[in-house]
Amino acid sequence: MKLPVALPGRLLRAPENFVSRAFKLEVDAKGMGSERRGFLQGSFAAAAAAVAGGAAFAQARGDDAILKPQPHAVALGQPVAATGYGLPSQYERDLQRRESPGLTRVRQASVSFCPLQGLFGIITPSGLHFERHHQGWWDIDPSQHRLMLNGMVKTPMVFTVEEIMRLSPVTRTHFIECGANTAMEWGNVAVPTVQYTHGMVSCSEFTGVPLLTLLDMAGADFKKGRFVLAEGADGSSLTRTIPMELVMSGEVLVAYGQNGEMLRPENGYPLRLVVPGVQGVSWVKYLRRIELGDQRFGTKDESSHYVDLMPDGRHRQYSGIQECKSVVTTPSGGQMLLDKGYYNITGLAWSGRGKVKRVDVSVDGGRNWRSAGLESPVHAKALTRFNADWSWDGKPAVIQSRAIDDTGYVQPNYKLLREVRGTRSIYHNNAVQSWRVAESGEVSNVQVS
Amino acid sequence: MSRFLKVAAVALGLAAAQFVAAQPTSAPKSAIPITGLGRAATAAEVKAWDIDVRPDFAGLPVGSGSVAKGQEVWDAKCASCHGTFGESNEVFAPIVGGTTAEDIAIGRVKGLSQGGTRTTLAKLSTLSTLWDYINRAMPWTAPKTLSTEEVYAVTAYILHLGEIVPADFVLSDRNIREVQKRMPNRDGMTDRHGLWRADGAPDVRAVACMSNCNTGAAKRSSELPDFARNSHGNLADQIRPVGAVEGVDTTRPVGSAPGKAQAPAGPPSAAPQPQTAASASAVAAPPSGAALAKAHNCLLCHGMTSQIVGPGFNDIATKYKERADAQSYLAGKILSGGSGVWGAVPMPAQPQLDPAHAKALAAWLAAGAK
Repeated sequence: MKLPVALPGRLLRAPENFVSRAFKLEVDAKGMGSERRGFLQGSFAAAAAAVAGGAAFAQARGDDAILKPQPHAVALGQPVAATGYGLPSQYERDLQRRESPGLTRVRQASVSFCPLQGLFGIITPSGLHFERHHQGWWDIDPSQHRLMLNGMVKTPMVFTVEEIMRLSPVTRTHFIECGANTAMEWGNVAVPTVQYTHGMVSCSEFTGVPLLTLLDMAGADFKKGRFVLAEGADGSSLTRTIPMELVMSGEVLVAYGQNGEMLRPENGYPLRLVVPGVQGVSWVKYLRRIELGDQRFGTKDESSHYVDLMPDGRHRQYSGIQECKSVVTTPSGGQMLLDKGYYNITGLAWSGRGKVKRVDVSVDGGRNWRSAGLESPVHAKALTRFNADWSWDGKPAVIQSRAIDDTGYVQPNYKLLREVRGTRSIYHNNAVQSWRVAESGEVSNVQVS
Repeated sequence: MSRFLKVAAVALGLAAAQFVAAQPTSAPKSAIPITGLGRAATAAEVKAWDIDVRPDFAGLPVGSGSVAKGQEVWDAKCASCHGTFGESNEVFAPIVGGTTAEDIAIGRVKGLSQGGTRTTLAKLSTLSTLWDYINRAMPWTAPKTLSTEEVYAVTAYILHLGEIVPADFVLSDRNIREVQKRMPNRDGMTDRHGLWRADGAPDVRAVACMSNCNTGAAKRSSELPDFARNSHGNLADQIRPVGAVEGVDTTRPVGSAPGKAQAPAGPPSAAPQPQTAASASAVAAPPSGAALAKAHNCLLCHGMTSQIVGPGFNDIATKYKERADAQSYLAGKILSGGSGVWGAVPMPAQPQLDPAHAKALAAWLAAGAK
């Protein structure tokens, strides 16, 4: 049974909505002061009167948000530059990056998840970008930061951040996804919302210089040098081997810019590697050194971690590409549909191999599909926003999305993925996600295949 | 040359230039030479930073360390997080366990295909990785402070715990290749998959069926149990309060009315506080003892009011509240470490800690750790 709820702007009979949504928002933001408490008591009285009045409409004249002068319409607002660096509205405070309780033991070697359920378009606000740290994060003084290039180069070189910023830059939009995104769901449903199932993906506009340019300046041996080692300046001094094919394509950047400003400290300020299409651990933060070599480097995060256990007991090593994947962000787990009728099904799709070509949506658990619309622009190796019309009839539904990239690769369901990779590989889970809509309107995380 | 041919030649030249630009095999060239940017690294600079050790042991410094020495270092600097025998799962995944003599003989860890424990020694195929990682990133709170001998020794001790080398073994740059041949999972990795290069071949091939697709009856096979409904906190407080949908109030049972619009009385949800970096302790106002404890990661091992690996701060405060020199005693213990006072697990020395911060922490503890 659908219970009545107060929709903003809708006229409902008292007493069901004797407290307006606007009032609730105000209490959320400012707490329950004596003035607001008094208003609430008044509302109770009004509601009681309305009940006594039988079919009387408490708001017969219309919506108070229209009929009553709002404070912001009849008084003077804030001055310019009241906040030197602007912050989100006080009403947006519930949208935070969050940890998944019990996932890790120490917060310096942990992750926080991006609230995908509340984002629009394809760009992740820098303050909500997911975090993955291996030994805590730092805010490094850029004047003390250096980038060294060594190994199979004619002249080992050192660059300051200023020198890198003097070079001609490129700006590109790319997703970054942790290889362990959706890892908790390999065997069964484990977490409730899209923030925790898929929140280790974010997408930014990155500005920097191609690593190729710097290697060229150092006189790199492009014939013998087949692999690049990237190393961070923090305590973990995280290292990963990068395929030279990607570097040669010019896509790999030594980046300092993120969404029009400098990288955030949590994302590697002042320099990080951008390795489009490849899992986040290769996007080394606080980048201090690049070494060109003729063998892979076998680092901890490509030998002990970030190796994918297959059913035969072998680990896939040097697995980096994030294959085509998508997820519906609304309606999604932990959300409540307010009423029957029109909804826009929306979500994100991405592929580490190229552009998203098509996204299909199902509302019957994968039996029937139709293609969603893609918001432009569609960038290669970037998040792509899709939308599909849906009229909810109030009956149970299972919502899914399935992305196809420009190589023709189709995002698999759990059955197909598990047939090949089992359930213990931890990394690279790109299965189709299912959200069940109950008759009550409550949406929850389910696996149906 | 006819005019037509000239035009064709120019067009071809342009096409060739465009081809080069679209598929760069060297760096994009600046229109003018790039000069004065970057400088040659000195030999000392390269030596200071080029610390990686490759699977072929390129980069491994000359040196050695014994299992016995490794045990000393381990007990002082590693056991508090990893357990006395490297078996602990309290702070990090276990290092030792899950391997057998048979695995060492054949080079594949059998347990990995049978749901066995995934310890470091069970997964690792290359010994260089262990040496490199200890050298660059351990101990956890003071990375890169071990001597070359200590890195060899700790590596040897871990290998001994895994029964790969005997108790009297001395690991060195001369015998490390022989030990590599005994790594239990040395043949356990494969790079035969499509996830290394963007043009790799996928291993899972789905078909985009559009209608009447076989879904195996689309029955639900997994969902969160009801008791886990609120495991991630109230979901109603994790979504924007205005939008196409509302958040589910998971403090109430399944099927309850939407909570937000009808339960306005609670205080606004507490926003998670941003974490304090250690560098934040350099701001003008003197940081509190609790803030210092957090900033310097003391809380990894000590609870404010509970024992974790080491004693709780409240217990330390109680124990030393009558002691006249409590502050200087505790400052010394914080900086130099100690063992035996609170149990078998030693407190590692904290050489990276600013002595002024150690003093402030000690003063805070002596004053009751409030």
